[in-house]
Amino acid sequence: MSVLELHDVHHSYGSNRVLDGVDLDVEAGSVTAVLGVSGSGKTTLLRVVAGFERIETGIVCVGGAVVDDGRRSVPPERRRIGYVPQDGALFPHLRVGANVAFGLGRRFDRKSVRSLLDMVGLTGLERRYPHELSGGQQQRVALARALAVQPEVVLLDEPFSALDAALRASVRRDVIGILRERGTTALLVTHDQDEALSVSDRVAILRHGRMVAVARPEELYRRPVDAGVAAFLGEANLLPGKVEGGGVVSTCLGRLVLQDGPARESGGPGSFATVLVRPEQIEARTRNAVPAGGGIPAHVDERLFFGHDAVLRVRTSGGAEPPSALLVRVTGPGAPAPGTDVLLVVRGQVMAWPADGREDALELPGPGG
Amino acid sequence: MVLLPLLFLVLNAGHAGWHDVFRLLFRRLTRVLLVNTVELAVGVAAGAAVLGTTAAWVIERTNVPFRTAWAVAIVLPVAIPDFVVGYAWHSVAPAVRSFGGALLVMTLALYPLVYLPVAAALRRADPSEEEVARSLGLGPVKTFLRVTLRQIRPAITGGCLVVCLALLAEYGAFEIVGFQTFTTTIFGQLNGFDAAGASGLSLVLVLIGMIVLAGEAGMNTRGRISRVGGGAPRRGVRRRLPTKQKLAATGVLALIAAAGLGMPVGTLAYWMVSSHATTLPGSSVWGALGHSAGYSAVAGLLATLLALPVALLVIRHRAAGSVVLERSTYLVQSLPGLVIALALVYFATNFAHRLYQTSTLLVVAYTILFFPLALICVKASVAQAPRRLEEVARSLGERPLGALVRVTLPLVAPGLAAAFCLVFLSAVTELTATLLLVPTGVQTLATQFWAYQTNAAYGAAAPYAAVMVALAAVPSYILTMWFDRHPAEATR
Repeated sequence: MSVLELHDVHHSYGSNRVLDGVDLDVEAGSVTAVLGVSGSGKTTLLRVVAGFERIETGIVCVGGAVVDDGRRSVPPERRRIGYVPQDGALFPHLRVGANVAFGLGRRFDRKSVRSLLDMVGLTGLERRYPHELSGGQQQRVALARALAVQPEVVLLDEPFSALDAALRASVRRDVIGILRERGTTALLVTHDQDEALSVSDRVAILRHGRMVAVARPEELYRRPVDAGVAAFLGEANLLPGKVEGGGVVSTCLGRLVLQDGPARESGGPGSFATVLVRPEQIEARTRNAVPAGGGIPAHVDERLFFGHDAVLRVRTSGGAEPPSALLVRVTGPGAPAPGTDVLLVVRGQVMAWPADGREDALELPGPGG
Repeated sequence: MVLLPLLFLVLNAGHAGWHDVFRLLFRRLTRVLLVNTVELAVGVAAGAAVLGTTAAWVIERTNVPFRTAWAVAIVLPVAIPDFVVGYAWHSVAPAVRSFGGALLVMTLALYPLVYLPVAAALRRADPSEEEVARSLGLGPVKTFLRVTLRQIRPAITGGCLVVCLALLAEYGAFEIVGFQTFTTTIFGQLNGFDAAGASGLSLVLVLIGMIVLAGEAGMNTRGRISRVGGGAPRRGVRRRLPTKQKLAATGVLALIAAAGLGMPVGTLAYWMVSSHATTLPGSSVWGALGHSAGYSAVAGLLATLLALPVALLVIRHRAAGSVVLERSTYLVQSLPGLVIALALVYFATNFAHRLYQTSTLLVVAYTILFFPLALICVKASVAQAPRRLEEVARSLGERPLGALVRVTLPLVAPGLAAAFCLVFLSAVTELTATLLLVPTGVQTLATQFWAYQTNAAYGAAAPYAAVMVALAAVPSYILTMWFDRHPAEATR
C-alpha cells in the first residue's frame, strides 16, 4: 500500500520549472531516498509534499487522501506529515522537552515526551536548550519532535549534511534504525549517493525536475537506466564499445559479456555502445602472476590509497588502439605502486547502452569523479 | 502614511506661492546656512569618527582594565539629549558658542553613534584576516590601516551618516550655542509667522537629508565584506599593551568619558546643588515626568506594533512593493523632527482642527518620527526567526496564527522590547517636535527644561534635564546589551 503518491506533479518558481511531471509512490513502512544534484528539485519535492508549496497540476496523496490537486490544497498542519529540515530547526526559545511536545498540544504528557527522548537516545535532556546540544543531538530531537505527532510519513531534508563526516554515519544509522524499528514511512532527500544507496529501500533519482529512475539500490547500481545515472551512483568507467553477436561487446578491455539491457536487446551486431565497467569489476594483476596472454596490459599512473581499498588510475598500453584512462579499485594492502605495469581482467558481465542513445546526463563527472 | 508629512510640506510651500518660496530659497541666507551646515557636518562627522573608532578599538582590541565599565561610560552619552550637552557646556563656559561651540558639543553628543556600530564590527570581524596580514609581513599599524580599517569601514561610514542626519535634525543645541543652521532659522521664521519661508527651508533640509541617505546607499554597494568558506569565525584577540601604552589608552578613554559623560552630568549636579536655595515646585517635575513618560510609552507601543507587520513583510516577502515600503521609512529617518512637526501642524490646522494641540497629534508625530528606529530593531529580530521554524510548527499541526504566536512572537520579543526602548528613549529626549506640538498648558520634561534654559534659569532647568537623562539611561542600557547580542545588526 502506498502512503505517499505523486502523479504528474508540476511546480514552477516564476518561469523556472522545478518539478516537471514527477511520479512517485512510497510504500508504507519503507525508506525512500530521493537523490539528485543541487537544483534538481528535490527540496521542492519535499516542500510540495509537506504543503509549503502548492503544485500547478498533478495530484499529491498522503495516506490515501488527496492533499493537493493543483486546485485545492490541504494546509500543512492537516496533512499528518513529519518534517525534519536540514539543521533540525529546533525552536530556539523552547527546551528540548517543549520542542518534542510542541505538536502534542493538549495531549501533552511528560511520559510520552520522555519515551520519545529515550527512543532517540537522549534520556534526561528535557531541560536543555537547543543551543546546549551538539548537532547530532539536535537532529535527533528534531526527529523525536516529528515522530511525536505520529505522522503518516516523515520527510527528511538532507538531515545529515550539516554534520561532520564522523558524526554523520552514526547519526544516520541511529535515525534510520529508529524509523525502521517503528515502521515509519520516510522520504529522505539527499545529494549523497552513498547515503541514498546504503540506508534506503528504494532510491528515486531526480534530474531536471523529472524522476529518471526509481528502484532498489542494488538494482539501480548494477543496472542503471543510462550512463548519467551510472556515473552519478559511483565511480564508473564508461567505454566506447562495438556489439558483436552472442551478447558480447568488444572494448579496450577486450571482449566483455553483456548483461540483459538496452544494448543487448536493441543493439544489433556491429552497432556501437557505451559500456559501463565499475572500477571494482576490474582486477589488476602483476605481470608475472598470470599466464601469458591473459589480461590487457596497462600502466599505473597514480594510486589513491584509502586504507580499506585503493583506486588506481591506469592507462592501457598495448595494442593498436589509443591508450585510454581507467579507474581500477583494488584492495588496500599490496596495491600496485605508481609506475608499475599491470594486466587488467574484467570480472562478470557489464552493462551497456546503444551509443547513439540519449546520454543527456553526462553532466556528471565520469571516471575519476 | 509615512510619506504624508512630505506631501503636506510641499502643499504648505505651494500654498504660499512657489514664486515666493523660490525667491526665499535663492537668497544669501540659504547659502550661508548651507555652508554652515556642510562645514559643521564634515567637522562633527570626522570628530565623531575619530573619537568613536579610537574608543571602540581600545575597548574591543586591547587589554585596558575595567573594559565593561569603560564601555558603559563611553556609550551612556547617547542617553543625554544634545541640547542638554549644549546647555552643560554653555552654562558653565559661555565661551563655548558659535561654530567652535557647535563642533565641540555635537561631536561629544554624537560620537556614540559611531562607537556602537564600530565596536560591534570589531567584535565580529574575523581576526584571521589580520593574522594573515601579519604573516604576510605587515606591521601592526599597517595591518590596522590596510585590513582592520577596511573591515570596519562600513560601520564607520554608517555611523557618520547617522551622525549627519542627527546633526541636520538638531535644533536645541544650536540655539543654545548661538549657531545658525536651517532648524534654528526655521524656528525663527515660525515665530515670525512666516510659514511659507519655514516650509521652503524645510524642503531644502529634506533634500540634504535625502542626499546623505543616497550617499549611504551608494557606499553600501561598494566594498562588501565577504567571508569565504565554512568554519566558525573566531573572536578578535585582545592586544596585550605594555604598561605605558596601557596607561595612555586608559587616559584616552578617561578623557572621552570625562568630556562626553562627566561634563554634562557634573554640570547638572553643580546647578542642582547650587540652586538648592531657590526652591522649585518639585511636583511640577513629577508632572512633567508623567507627561513625558506617558506620551513616549504610547508612541513606543504604537511604533513597535506597526513595525512588526512591516518587518515580517520586508524580511519574508522580498517583493518590489515591500522594498519600496522599507526604503520610504528610511526616507522618513532623514526627515528632522521639525519637518514632521511642521507637516502635522499644517495637516491639523487645515484638515483636522480638532486634533491641533492635542496629545494625539504629539504621539502621532513621535510614532512617525521614530518608526524607522523601531523597524531596525524588529527587522533584526525577525531575521532571527526564520520562516522554516514556522513551517516546522505548521507540519506539527499548528495553524498559521498559532505558529506566529507560539514560535515567531517569542523569538521576536527581545527585538520588540528593544524597539520600544529605542523609541521611548528617543521620544523622551525629543525637543524640536515637542515644542511645536505639545498641547497647550502641558509641560513635558523637555519643554519645561527648555523654558527655564531659555530664560537662563540654569538652576531651575537642571532637575528636568537630570530626570530626563535618568529616564533615558535605563532603556539605553538595555539597548546596549541588546546590540551586544546582535552585533550583526548594529550597523543599520
